[in-house]
Parts: sequence; C-alpha cells; structure tokens
Amino acid sequence: MKQIVSFLALATLAVLLWNLAPIAMPSDLGPVASHYVSHGLQENRGSNLVTSVVVNYRGFDTLGEVTVLFLSVSGVGFVLRRRSGLKVHRQRPASEIITTGARMLFAPTVLFGAYIFVHGHLTPGGGFQGGAVVASAVLLLILADRDLVLPHAALGWLESLSGFGFVLAGVVGLVVSGSFLANHGIIPLGTWNRLLSAGIIPVIYVLIGLKVGSELAALLDVMVHAADEGEAHS
Amino acid sequence: MMAGNELYVATALGLIFIGLATVTIKRNLIKMVIGFSVADTGVNLLIVALGWFPNRTAPIIDDPSLLSDRATLAVRSAAIVDPVPQALVLTAIVIGVGVTALMLAYVIRLYATEGSLDVSRFGRMKW
Repeated sequence: MKQIVSFLALATLAVLLWNLAPIAMPSDLGPVASHYVSHGLQENRGSNLVTSVVVNYRGFDTLGEVTVLFLSVSGVGFVLRRRSGLKVHRQRPASEIITTGARMLFAPTVLFGAYIFVHGHLTPGGGFQGGAVVASAVLLLILADRDLVLPHAALGWLESLSGFGFVLAGVVGLVVSGSFLANHGIIPLGTWNRLLSAGIIPVIYVLIGLKVGSELAALLDVMVHAADEGEAHS
Repeated sequence: MMAGNELYVATALGLIFIGLATVTIKRNLIKMVIGFSVADTGVNLLIVALGWFPNRTAPIIDDPSLLSDRATLAVRSAAIVDPVPQALVLTAIVIGVGVTALMLAYVIRLYATEGSLDVSRFGRMKW
C-alpha cells in the first residue's frame, strides 16, 4: 500500500515536471553566460571557459564548495571516529596481480591526476577531477594493502595549506585590485594557450587539486579503518 | 519542447524518478543511498541538458585570432554551449561525492549500533 502511494506521488511529480520543463528551457545563452563567453577570453586568457567560470567569475562559489567538501569529510571522520564495532571477517591478502598492478599504476595515476589539474585552464579538466584521480591512486594502494597507514600529518598539512593558499589568493586579489579572487594585476596573464598563462587560475586550480586529492584520500582512509578497528576489537 | 534536447531531459527526469522511487520504496539503507546517488546523477544531467543547444561545441576556445578580433568572437560565442551549467554541475558532482560519503558513514554507524540495514526496524527516536 505504501509503495503504491509513493509510486503515485512520484508519477504525479513526474507529469508535473515534464509539463514544466518547456517553460524552463532556454533557447540561447542568458545575459550572464554570454558575457562570460564573449569576454572570458580577454579577461582571463584561458581556453577553457568552464574553468574561467569555476575559478574566476564564480570563484567564491568554488570556495564554498571546497568548504562543503571539507565539512562532509570531517563529518565522516566525526561519525566514524570511534570503534564502529563492525565485525569484519579476516580477509585474505590481495593477490599478487593486484599488489603488482597497484605498485605499477600508482605513479602514472598520480602523474595523470597532476596533469589534469595543472592543465585545467587549457583542456577539459581541473582541480576537482585531477584530485579525484590522485585519490583513486591512493585507493589502489589501499586495495593492494589493507593495513596501509597513510601519512595523516602530511595529508592534514597539505590540505590545510592548500585551502589557506586558496583564501590567500583571494585576499591578494582583494588587496591588489579591489575584488575578492580578482584575476588582474597579480600574475601577468601571459600568452594564450601556454601552461603558464591565465594569471591566477592555474595556481588556484593546482591548490584545489591538492586539497581535493588529500581530502578524498583521507576520506578513503577513514572509511577503511572504521572496519579495521572493529575487527581488532572483535 | 523546442530545443532538441528532449532525449537528455527525458533521461534525466527518468533517472531522478528511478532514484526517488528507490529511496521511497526500498528499505535497505545501502539501496537508498544508491537511489540518492542515481537521482543526483539525473539532476546533474538535467542541468547540463538545459545549457545544451544543438549544433554548438564545447566551451573551450581553440582559435588564437579570437583574442584580438572581437567580431569573430561574437560569431563564435553564438556557436558555444552555455558554460555556466557545466561549471555548476562540476560543483554539484563533488558535493554529491561528499554527501554520499557522509550517508555511507551514517549507514556504517547505524549498522554497527542496530545490527540491521532495514529502515523499518529503526523505531527508536532519540531527542
């Protein structure tokens, strides 16, 4: 009965939304978006307009997003901070294929992640994607060796310093040219389509990449060890 | 609908409702988390689909002459999809990962204290 009621409610919502969709459907760029598209190249000298929007025009939102990610990771750490009491069966150690493969793939994966976040202003990519790839390299290591202990202090410092650097870059913009996270007058914009161009955008995206990578690595570590400690006390 | 992205919008709405139906009908907490994740994907797809226009390319500029030539730039900017929804979704995906991780952490904690994953067994309220 409950299932039928919830299904009916969802179906009504679906019909309503489907009828609402054409109203919300834009047929061309809005005024804000067309400013970003037509002035983004001159103002930021970056090829990837999405990056210009994320890091420069909407940089304040991105700062908020980084804060939300930090909060959720600290929330996971808080919820799982004590022994979870989970009883995990003693697992067999990972097979040789996984250990060898993880050892072989770790360095290329980290390098690929770094490539993605360093080239965020030129190609599709950026700090969040690159950070996630770096964290997946750490996941490989954890899969290969469940007892792996990550350097927590180093990860914490990396995360704090990169977050601090992001805010600092914003404040420098405020001091130099009067608006938070401004992108002119701090670092020369440089030549178009070069690695060292687009002013402060690559700097901020590298900081975001480091922050997201270390945060997600810490998240994986917390979740794996939540089960481990229960095992140790069972 | 006029924009030519009916398929994407329909798929996105479908994903949202599959996700919401999973959340409301299933009782297993892990399946509910999966439902939230599917609905999240649907919302992201819907936002990107709303910024998509037919016969336009990705918002990445590959022509250096556009730096000086404002007239060409005006023409080219009419050939680019909206970068704002894409930036928004980039944000939303990361937040979705954080939210999913937090939900899974609560599931681990609930399973450890209650010994069950079935929501209908969680009768105790704590205020």
